[in-house]
Amino acid sequence: MSWVKDAFTTSVGKKLLMAVTGLGFLGFLAGHLAGNLTIYWGADAFVAYAEHLHSLEPLVKAAEAGLIVFLVVHAGTGLWLFAQNRAARGGRYARNKWAGGRTVFSATMPYTGVLILVFVAIHLATFKFAPEGENVWEVAAYVFSQPLCFWFYTLSMPVVALHVGHGLWSAVQTLGGNHPKYMPAVRVVSLAAAAVVILGFGLLPTAVSFLAEPIP
Amino acid sequence: MTGTMNLTLLVWRQAGTSDKGRLVSYEARDISPDMSFLEMLDVVNEGLTQKGEEPIAFDHDCREGICGMCGAVVNGRAHGAEKGTTLCQLHMRHFSDGDVIYIEPWRSRAFPVVKDLVVDRSALDRIFMAGGYISVNTGQAPEANTIPVPPEKAETAMDAAACIGCGACVAACPNASAMLFVCAKVSQLAILPQGRPEAARRVLAMIRKMDEEKFGNCGNERECEAECPKEISISHIARANREYIKAVLGSREK
Ligand code: FES
Repeated sequence: MSWVKDAFTTSVGKKLLMAVTGLGFLGFLAGHLAGNLTIYWGADAFVAYAEHLHSLEPLVKAAEAGLIVFLVVHAGTGLWLFAQNRAARGGRYARNKWAGGRTVFSATMPYTGVLILVFVAIHLATFKFAPEGENVWEVAAYVFSQPLCFWFYTLSMPVVALHVGHGLWSAVQTLGGNHPKYMPAVRVVSLAAAAVVILGFGLLPTAVSFLAEPIP
Repeated sequence: MTGTMNLTLLVWRQAGTSDKGRLVSYEARDISPDMSFLEMLDVVNEGLTQKGEEPIAFDHDCREGICGMCGAVVNGRAHGAEKGTTLCQLHMRHFSDGDVIYIEPWRSRAFPVVKDLVVDRSALDRIFMAGGYISVNTGQAPEANTIPVPPEKAETAMDAAACIGCGACVAACPNASAMLFVCAKVSQLAILPQGRPEAARRVLAMIRKMDEEKFGNCGNERECEAECPKEISISHIARANREYIKAVLGSREK
């Protein structure tokens, strides 16, 4: 099976790994957002959603295992690419200008990637491994009542959006999907996905703070 | 003289591959806006030669934008800021009197500086040799219409084949990747029926050679497409990616 290793350790192979795992995360984000939107229906709806999810335990465990594998592959390969790309430059330009291809989305990919990793770690620590006995709404209400947490969560979403805005169309291009008929649309969809991240996830802390009972 | 301009050049001077190199300032006087960028350098070099100094080394050949020999990063842009233009076809009318112009060689670990603005681009030749060909039996020239090629395919292949191998894509890529060059070569042959028999072997060999030559990895930054003097589209990169997937999953090539 060494052809598998050979196929996915070339530059294009590594990019394919990035694309497939990246699209997997986008699928996860879509599901995660759909669930979280129950927050707008209030505490009962959100708690019911969380409990329903827990009732699907085996499925959830399988998805978690998949996500962990994807995370290791995506972050590991990403760091490897980053190191190789830095080394490949060989000397800096005294003057360096973007020609119109590069965007703030694409230029920040490695950095937003690392920030997202930090966010995921903190997010799991605050929610997944939250103290037993409290329901998820109470945890969320408590977390977002802390100004530091509130702003950390709110401001992390534009970072995710930067990553998604380049990541989606870039994955399509890497997987070979570039056609004059639909590529412009893919780029628009990519930016729209970034906007959805900011609006969908980014406003959740605010929504929870508004809907939560004031903590006595 | 009227209508001429005086410019300050900051030119990368490097005696040889192992030299550290540095930017050196030169005055370019009485430059006509009708001159090309290389002719402007010729004028500066004449002055340097007269003063007994070493002239600035730069690559050039056809000076009409078709050979791919010339190239330098001018004020941070490969072949200068004009779209779809090689350095030899960049005219001084795009500059104004008093401008300060930075002139640097292509920077990539895979392109060692030979001298000043001259870099060794033989890595691109080696990638080409790894698979940029088709094998045919020699003999009488075959009848041209034996293998029908639809005009759109011929056009697309021709667009890819417009690559002159100048290396601007590598110089402009934030990751110093050679993907636009390699994929234009893969693409031009993959599109045509004559290129199909060796398509899988070709894409694997050329991509592996590219990695071996220590180019960076494509990040879909699109700077190559923006700087390419032949305006080659990154859709050729996507096509080569498809060829790669097909070769890995759908061919016997390893
Ligand atoms: S000298 Fe031939 S392309 Fe510029």
